[in-house]
Amino acid sequence: MGKQILMKGNEALGEAAIIAGCRFYFGYPITPQNEIPAYMSRRLPEVGGTFLQAESEIAAVNMVFGASAAGARVMTSTSSPGMSLKQEGLSYLAGAKLPCVVVNIMRGGPGLGNIAGAQGDYFQATRGGGNGDYRHIVLTPASVQEMAELTVLAFDLADEYRITVLILGDGYLGQISEALTLPEPTGKVFEKPWALTGAKGREPNKIASLKLVPDHVLEEMNLSLERTYNEISSRECRSESYLTEDAEYLLVAYGTSSRICRAAVNELREEGVKAGLFRLITAWPFPAAALKRASLKAKKILTVEMSLGQMIEDVRLSVDNPERVDFYGRSGGMLPETEEIKRRIKAYGN
Amino acid sequence: MREEIIIAGFGGQGVIMAGKLLCIAAMNEGKFVSHIPSYGAEMRGGTANCSVVISDVEIGSPTVPKPSIAIIMNTPSLTKFESKIKPGGLLIYNSSLIDRKPERTDITVVDLKANDISEAEGSDRAANMAAIGKLIALKPEIASMDAVVTALDVAISARNRKYNDINIKVLKAANSSK
Repeated sequence: MGKQILMKGNEALGEAAIIAGCRFYFGYPITPQNEIPAYMSRRLPEVGGTFLQAESEIAAVNMVFGASAAGARVMTSTSSPGMSLKQEGLSYLAGAKLPCVVVNIMRGGPGLGNIAGAQGDYFQATRGGGNGDYRHIVLTPASVQEMAELTVLAFDLADEYRITVLILGDGYLGQISEALTLPEPTGKVFEKPWALTGAKGREPNKIASLKLVPDHVLEEMNLSLERTYNEISSRECRSESYLTEDAEYLLVAYGTSSRICRAAVNELREEGVKAGLFRLITAWPFPAAALKRASLKAKKILTVEMSLGQMIEDVRLSVDNPERVDFYGRSGGMLPETEEIKRRIKAYGN
Repeated sequence: MREEIIIAGFGGQGVIMAGKLLCIAAMNEGKFVSHIPSYGAEMRGGTANCSVVISDVEIGSPTVPKPSIAIIMNTPSLTKFESKIKPGGLLIYNSSLIDRKPERTDITVVDLKANDISEAEGSDRAANMAAIGKLIALKPEIASMDAVVTALDVAISARNRKYNDINIKVLKAANSSK
């Protein structure tokens, strides 16, 4: 274990990207994630990397496309309205099978909304906002420590599967400072024989998302993507089950709302109520089998989100007897409250 | 132990830094800590504040809607936060700059001449240190003076570390003030 330091979530994510070997960052400023580009602008030149503030979010994601096609480890980051702008690029990256890491530090929406933390982009993150049959891996950190650790993981997953990995945080996680032990580099090396590195002495590589002829070529590529997605679904589901073995009341949450749920579970347990927490670490692939197991003894399942109900659809699809699933959410930058969670759980028992 | 703290003042008084200093000191003594600045649509000359949680157990929500402790460095912040302090809580207010008395009677109110204490040690820029020195005198379980002094080397940017002698003097002067 290294030494603990106090670090802001956004900056921890930036440092972790450097540790993971990210040497290219392209982005456009937007609160509440501005500390990420600010940090990368300071640190990347120190390690021989390139920071570039693009003229827009759309330009930035297309610069990511270029750097990734050349075989680089590359990242962009933004917040909700900026994420909407990047969707075309994300679809193209999927169609070209290019690995990259994209960060969305969510704020209140729809539209420009406000700048407080929220979780209203779950549908966009897990269903995809761009066109076509594609997926990306979605990681959901819940602490500054995880902002760093999941960023290191994200770069390996991206290269392993040639896929976009989205880190889905929220404004609170971006702005909070907490104790952090910096992660170590994993040391994994991924060969990229497909990359555009200059074709001297070999056949040229081609990277494109347009596949017109012959007729069946696009379906073949989609089926190959599907095989990758199936492999990811079977191998990369991540979650944490906290005091769920005997839980009569199960909370399901991710990110900042899962922290509030954990505090509620601890307080309920002290009062003798058998509460537990199931926390997503991947939102796609959704850890359905683990959730089903965690919910076996639950009389009620309370889904808690900083939105008006998006993840709840995946929860309902995953558990037996989905009529057990209930919802509590706050939106527009407001946080769920520990006391309200406790009040609802206790009311189920009456 | 769990304290939910608001530190508030105007931009430039070092309230965000004071919160970080407290967090680093408490973290190094084994506490769970969280610090989140207000980052709303603030205006120049307006108020700045941070929410700090220091706890023996993991921290859920990092926000502090009802502080158990409020450190208030200017008048607009007193107006904003006085009513939000938990009954039985602690209010330390900077009477060097705040020209009215707090109205709450269900909390402990501590009058601290933070700028005067700072000025007496050679600079009026360390009023935030006076506030932290007083806080850990009243609530020693949050962090020790040794931990706060050690944390200064991390919390203060290299550029400003030359002022740490004064910072330490102000911390200690406020710590032993009546």
